[in-house]
Amino acid sequence: MSTVTEQHNTHGDDHADHGLTDLGYIKIAIFLAVITAVEVVFSYTQDQLGAAFLPGLLILMAVKFFMVLLYFMHLKFDSKLFSLMFYIGLVLAVGCYAVFLATLHFFQS
Amino acid sequence: MAIIERPSDAVEVVDETTPSVATPESSYGVFRRPVETTGWKSWLFTIDHKKLGIMYGVVAMFFFVVGGIEAMLLRLQLAGPNGTVLSADKYNQMFTMHATTMVFLFVMPMAAAFANYFVPLQIGARDVAFPRINAFGFWAFLFGGLFLNTSWFLGGGADGGWFMYAPNSSVAFSPSNGVDFWGLGLQITGVASLTGAINLIVTVINLRAPGMSLMKLPIFTWMVLVVQFLLLFAIPVITVALFMLMFQRSFDATFFSVEAGADPLLWQHLFWIFGHPEVYILVLPSFGIVSEILPVFSKKPLFGYPLVVFSGAAIGFVGWGVWAHHMFASGLGPISVAAFSVATMAIAIPTGVKIVNWTLTMWGGKLRFTVPMLYSVGVIVQFTIGGLSGVTHSVAPSDTQQTDTYYIVAHFHYVIFGGAVLGLFAGMYYWWPKMFGKMLNERLGRVNFWFTIIGMNLTFGPMHIVGLQGQPRRMYVWTENRAGDGFFNIGFWNLIASIGSFVLALGILLFFVNIYVSHRKGTEKAPLDPWDARSLEWITTNPPKEHNFDRLPQVGHLDEFFHRKYEDRGSDGHHEFHQIATAEEVVAEEENNADGHIHLPSPSYWPILLAFSLPIMAYGVIYNVFLLIGGAVLGLVSFYGWGLEPHTAPEDDYDPPTGTAMEVAAHG
Amino acid sequence: MADTAVHADEHVDHGGHYSSTGLSNNKLAMWMFLGSECLLFGGLISTYMLYRGRHSENLGPDQVWDIPFTSASSFVLLMSSLTMVLAVSSAVRDDDRNTKVWLSVTALLGALFVAGQVYEFTTFYREGLGFTTSLFSSSFYTLTGFHGVHVSVGIIMLMSLVGMISKNKVVGDKKETVELFGLYWHFVDVVWILIFTLVYLIPA
Ligand code: HEM
Ligand SMILES: [Cu+2]
Repeated sequence: MSTVTEQHNTHGDDHADHGLTDLGYIKIAIFLAVITAVEVVFSYTQDQLGAAFLPGLLILMAVKFFMVLLYFMHLKFDSKLFSLMFYIGLVLAVGCYAVFLATLHFFQS
Repeated sequence: MAIIERPSDAVEVVDETTPSVATPESSYGVFRRPVETTGWKSWLFTIDHKKLGIMYGVVAMFFFVVGGIEAMLLRLQLAGPNGTVLSADKYNQMFTMHATTMVFLFVMPMAAAFANYFVPLQIGARDVAFPRINAFGFWAFLFGGLFLNTSWFLGGGADGGWFMYAPNSSVAFSPSNGVDFWGLGLQITGVASLTGAINLIVTVINLRAPGMSLMKLPIFTWMVLVVQFLLLFAIPVITVALFMLMFQRSFDATFFSVEAGADPLLWQHLFWIFGHPEVYILVLPSFGIVSEILPVFSKKPLFGYPLVVFSGAAIGFVGWGVWAHHMFASGLGPISVAAFSVATMAIAIPTGVKIVNWTLTMWGGKLRFTVPMLYSVGVIVQFTIGGLSGVTHSVAPSDTQQTDTYYIVAHFHYVIFGGAVLGLFAGMYYWWPKMFGKMLNERLGRVNFWFTIIGMNLTFGPMHIVGLQGQPRRMYVWTENRAGDGFFNIGFWNLIASIGSFVLALGILLFFVNIYVSHRKGTEKAPLDPWDARSLEWITTNPPKEHNFDRLPQVGHLDEFFHRKYEDRGSDGHHEFHQIATAEEVVAEEENNADGHIHLPSPSYWPILLAFSLPIMAYGVIYNVFLLIGGAVLGLVSFYGWGLEPHTAPEDDYDPPTGTAMEVAAHG
Repeated sequence: MADTAVHADEHVDHGGHYSSTGLSNNKLAMWMFLGSECLLFGGLISTYMLYRGRHSENLGPDQVWDIPFTSASSFVLLMSSLTMVLAVSSAVRDDDRNTKVWLSVTALLGALFVAGQVYEFTTFYREGLGFTTSLFSSSFYTLTGFHGVHVSVGIIMLMSLVGMISKNKVVGDKKETVELFGLYWHFVDVVWILIFTLVYLIPA
């Protein structure tokens, strides 16, 4: 899916500082698994958690989301331009769709 | 020169310098790569951005004529009371297909034509970042457009208006296959736009000539960049909506079944989240063209270049927060209406900034009113009128009066025809010598221009009046007894509008006549730099060679070409430009220092094949599963073929070198 | 002016191999594609959120969910992200053998996930939740179906990549190709992280 024009890009430094060792990745995976477990526990203890339930779950979700994004997908170590491309999309998506749901009174219910 | 040339006609042949590509012996086993540089194959399998740009333009023009004929029929119908040219049903199909064709198959692809042809040239690149994807995009657009229009022969076109509000577009209300064709066709052209967007953004980010920082980017390229970002993020939104529509109509999903509790605003929101960015997708490329032309014919740099760039980006950004102004009358609730109303007013600010900048660019300049310049001034004037009526309906209470009347039709035609289309014509006259090596006739061009301008004002001007008088849009007849009288008699103004549309059509026809006249035998070749231009695309031959530039230009200035021709001998902030080189000398300088190895990727079968699988699958969705599967198989095969294909064809796909080829090589 | 032009050659990295930012075209393109996909899945998720409570007297989310099962399959997909990242890191070390192994394991875990989804869909269907049953069911199947298709496409691509590495047919830079596949795969995983919480764990 590419052309001649891009074969000789600077792979050297593209890959050089790619953050973690394999062990590091495994640790992150364990961490993610634990959070998932906590999430499941959350879903069974909704009554006890009360008002903390929804924000709690959303925060856990966000943590997982960004862990994968930053470490597994290397965004943390890569060029900021890659982050920019992705975050524009993410921000527009969250922004537009949240407003869209808000105008339909989704959050009031 | 019928021989097949190697990809580099400058100096050395592609060789060991590309070993990071694993090169299998032959690209396709028995087939060889379609490496022809002349004849029909050189167009069908080309991945040259210039050829693709021209093809985009030709096809867009074809659809412009189609959409134009549809428009004439609409105006014929409304010329007098109780029109009988079209039935109510045909009228519905006509305005839907007219709008869809004009928006998706003319203005967008025409802008894509210019973007494809000129962005690489303006940034000093040899091609786009992904030439094969570029080719795929063009073919997907062509096949998608043709697919959409075959609906005329297969039971009738779509009839829900170009925004196709659901549930009105459900099977119950629109039982023909028109809406299916519409949805699937737009999916296909959407794929084209999305791939094109990614391609052009990467190109602008990564393939700029040395020295060309973002703030030295020609303004047209800047506007194209903003547009591609809009496409990148707007297309997926309409994709979601179109998929749901398809599932609703073809597989009985319930997204828009109000009787099952569906929200009728779901479609409206999704459509307009895409739709408002879309209107800027239509108009910004033309803004770029105009901003390119005005400085040339005012002999002054663009006034406030950074401001024009930032206001363009601001429009692109704020454009995401105003979509619900298309829904003021839908019962959104007062808070939403107020918020979107204010946001809409705000977006007029960056738009106004552009108008001011253009005016100040001309202020005190040495104006030359060539045809491209006339069209550009036309854009400023006409678009301003459209922008002003836009502001009148950003005020929600007044919009409730205007919405769904002809006043809206007047508004968007002033912005789209006056802003986008006039700008595209400006670009055509301006860049024609660059693309085809011939000037378009200036005298005929003037006539062409005045007919177009008078025609458009005669056509769309009266629509303000009949709209405010209450004539609804999308109504297939109006009747005498409700026409009113005196100055505001809508009968009179409808007639004027219909007559105007013929004047306009005549104007467009003159453009085609002009092409013919300008390319007759014996017309002179265009000079190298006919307009005394300023930007990088002019530092090469007319038309450019296959590899664009003999050497990649080194950029030190915004308006690089101008600064190579002129030297500033003024002092104390006072500029005094003296010519130090002619265009011929500048280009010769480049040619004498041609780069050594020039690698151009080779043509390929796969883009057109992959694109061709899309309409097959789409017919499959409508008619037959086996067709769907067949199309998918073709798509899959093309996908693998593509993935396994090396960028450049192996040596033995070319004819053996002949004398001429050797000679070319010897020059290095 | 002519001066700058004369020295231009020094800055030109022969022919077309010049990249203004030093970043890879492919990787930029992939990130843009993923940014664009945010709006695709965003639209599907929002539609589901809007409609999840609309099923009149038909089956609703809380009646059909099997949280332990879905948790298990979510866990499988999560682990496939780990194996994918290990494949990338093997590729960076030029370790073809391990790259292939980890890619295959990733594809396998992905297949397990899809199998789970097929099982889930058939169960729901048997319980009476068809695609056309309600607004809830249409939007649920569409959202998770789109995700499932993304995973399936990913599996096919992973297996093709394994084949291409074995036959040494990867066009372009192998490390980067593996990395790009990885980005796509992780993105699909990330989308599931959202779906798991928003769709399954938060009651309607
Ligand atoms: C000064 C900036 C602009 C403002 C404030 C503005 C405002 C509006 C508003 C409020 C509407 C909705 C009217 C209604 O349906 O009741 C509208 C419709 C429309 N505008 Fe604009 N607009 C602006 C510029 C543009 C531009 C640049 C374009 C395209 C190039 C455009 C194309 C359209 C189209 C196509 C519609 C009609 C959509 C339909 O079919 O309902 N507008 N505009
Ligand atoms: Cu709008």
